[in-house]
Amino acid sequence: MYLYDEFDQRFVDQRVEQFRDQVRRRLEGELSEDEFKPLRLMNGLYLQLHAYMLRVAIPYGTLSAPQLRQLALIARKYDRGYGHFTTRQNIQFNWIKLEDAPDALADLARVQMHALQTSGNCIRNTTADQYAGVAADEIEDPRIYCEMIRQWSSIHPEFSFLPRKFKIAVTGAPNDRAAVRVHDIGLRMHRNGEGETGFEVMVGGGLGRTPMIAKTIRKFLPKQHLLSYLEAILRVYNLAGRRDNLYKARIKILVHEIGAAEMARRVEAEWAEIRDTAVDLPAAEVARIADFFAGPAYAPQPAFVPEFEAARRSGADFARWLRTNTAAHKQPGHAIVNLSLKPAGKPPGDVSAAQMEAIADLAERYSLGEIRVAHEQNLVLPHVALRDLHALWQALDALGLATANIGLISDIIACPGMDYCALATARSIPIAQRISERFHDLARAHDIGGLTINISGCINACGHHHVGHIGLLGVDKAGEEFYQLTLGGRADQDAAVGAIIGPAFSSDTVVDAVETVVDTYLALRRQGERFLDTYRRVGQTPFKEKLYAAH
Amino acid sequence: MAKPAALQIITANRLRDGAVVYLGPDTHWSTRISQAVAAADEDQARALLAVAARAVAEAQVVAPYAIAVARDASGLRPASYRERIRAAGPSIAAFAAATAA
Amino acid sequence: MPLIKEGRIAADLWVSVAEDEAVPADRPAIVGLRRWQAETATLRARIAPLGIRLKNNDAVADIAGDLDRFELVALEFPKFTDGRAYSQARLLRERHGFPGEIRATGQVLRDQFQIMHRCGFDAFQVADAGAAEGWVQALQEIGVRYQEAADGSATVRELRHRAARSLMWPQAEVTAAW
Repeated sequence: MYLYDEFDQRFVDQRVEQFRDQVRRRLEGELSEDEFKPLRLMNGLYLQLHAYMLRVAIPYGTLSAPQLRQLALIARKYDRGYGHFTTRQNIQFNWIKLEDAPDALADLARVQMHALQTSGNCIRNTTADQYAGVAADEIEDPRIYCEMIRQWSSIHPEFSFLPRKFKIAVTGAPNDRAAVRVHDIGLRMHRNGEGETGFEVMVGGGLGRTPMIAKTIRKFLPKQHLLSYLEAILRVYNLAGRRDNLYKARIKILVHEIGAAEMARRVEAEWAEIRDTAVDLPAAEVARIADFFAGPAYAPQPAFVPEFEAARRSGADFARWLRTNTAAHKQPGHAIVNLSLKPAGKPPGDVSAAQMEAIADLAERYSLGEIRVAHEQNLVLPHVALRDLHALWQALDALGLATANIGLISDIIACPGMDYCALATARSIPIAQRISERFHDLARAHDIGGLTINISGCINACGHHHVGHIGLLGVDKAGEEFYQLTLGGRADQDAAVGAIIGPAFSSDTVVDAVETVVDTYLALRRQGERFLDTYRRVGQTPFKEKLYAAH
Repeated sequence: MAKPAALQIITANRLRDGAVVYLGPDTHWSTRISQAVAAADEDQARALLAVAARAVAEAQVVAPYAIAVARDASGLRPASYRERIRAAGPSIAAFAAATAA
Repeated sequence: MPLIKEGRIAADLWVSVAEDEAVPADRPAIVGLRRWQAETATLRARIAPLGIRLKNNDAVADIAGDLDRFELVALEFPKFTDGRAYSQARLLRERHGFPGEIRATGQVLRDQFQIMHRCGFDAFQVADAGAAEGWVQALQEIGVRYQEAADGSATVRELRHRAARSLMWPQAEVTAAW
């Protein structure tokens, strides 16, 4: 993974001192809240329902063991002993004091971490997929480009006060695990006819109040021009994005209003002026960054490991965990291991300080010291030898991190909702807990098969409910919490926004409603059909009928 | 059935640590909703908001606003779910306490 | 309103002329874009220095061909959170090579001095003279710059590879960051 040099380190250290001074001036009354708020947001500090929340950046979801241990320290020292992994691969601490924030940021800077630009109307954490660098289907490690984008976008003097937040995602594989099509800019790596690697550039995707799938403005961008092309897009957006209405200020609205063709024309015109200036990195710098992602020195591992095969055959629980929680690794004799942060009845994505420390130890022992964060709010140990899988599984099981439910119905994605968030209209975590308890039986969950449930506590859609196979949106009806159901969303390379199925369900009835949807699918499915396949085949009607039959 | 007079109290977040606070008597801000001073009408509410505005100018609190409450046997109870959660904390058990670790 | 130039409060010789006011012939004057477009011939014939004021939704391209006539361009931050003028300034400075004064007006705050300066602003109209005190510190707070911008300061990539080269050839001259 990328390691800071003296310049990167000095940058975060200076940023901490700058913010320390800004906090001092705020506490002394020299800065008003209006003047201070954008500065605090650009250091990842939100004011939430109960306290300040600090959103720490985990660039493209990659963490080292020492970094994870430091996050545990932050949780213990400044917070209430736990953290929450988010749908953008970051981590949130819910109880940070403003007066402590500079010290917390200084502790983070010690391990090359920061909370820079995780909020505010600026370029946010650029995300990749959690299997980057180790997935069998990858063309090239997208994190090289994510790191280039991270540096280019860090306190970019021109783009620090955009009309609205800006999110970029990169996929290096045809199977898009980074949901690039619902980002402001989505970049899909691929090869052209000449075998060169470049990006399909898509603009104007996003969820929130007006979910939209990004439009392609350039089919193939040679990879060496990535930064200058992004600069062109951002400049067009900075100048033309709407500033009159907070809810119409994202780039997706601009693309929607002027059309993809006009967007492409403006971007290409601007790019023509800057493509040969110094925005793009020289080859030496690209090579320097790429070296960090060249892949660890794997100890040679046999592809066939007798003990592993025996364990797989003898243990039904182990075998089941292997099926859902491990994925194919490009290096023979290895596997990618998913740590489920969704045990039945627990808040999705939350991890205690003690668990973080234990995971860091396991990462060092079994995963060459590296951990990944998935936007589905789970963790990944990306470099595990087959012969270590059984021991690792046992250790994870003891920690409550081995629920064999990755990608299944109880692997729920939920925003913090009204239990924590000042923007929410309804709670989401209790619903997630109740659904995961209803479907806690793993045999049943395995039988249901791949099915994602996403829950958002308000229209801002931080739970990404629009792209859940089943989506729940919490709404307020006369002071009561109600939940609107959507069906058929998906976040992958065939991204689609789910359709509202009918009137919202009360808090009391929504879990039953979800079960009704599942039972309807099970009754109708053909051999080998997942939920999405059946839904696409039969449409909404059978589900509507069952859901609203009694009323 | 006659509705009881709508009471309002002022709430904000304390600047230095973000804690939820309620405006009590003598311009004192407390983390306990039971200490809040209630306004019985709009004039009283406005007067309290003026006190709150001074606290903002003095860098004590951030973003004060009025909320509707009812007085019952247990004290002051906010009308909205959101403010009840704000007063009592997250409705889910604190995660760290809930895990075995 | 006080004006900061080169790190201190400076006398402001310019007058900003409203759309319906007469343009003084004998002192430096700033006119709006529409005024310039309506009275181009008269204003071209001016002897005294001329400046132009762009709103943040005016296109820099509209004056790009006339930049030799202006000694000053004033750009606006109606609220400090409206960042359009950063792009306008960079286009003026870098795309069109404008050598004159680029002045920040509107809500111009200490915490944005550095990024404004990086984008090519060299004059800052502030609400009170006290803002000048924080100027030098504001400009130095983040010494590490990842992006090439209008202020010409050395970027991280330049410093990195300069450092690498000097390791390889210790006698090579390492040019100072400017």
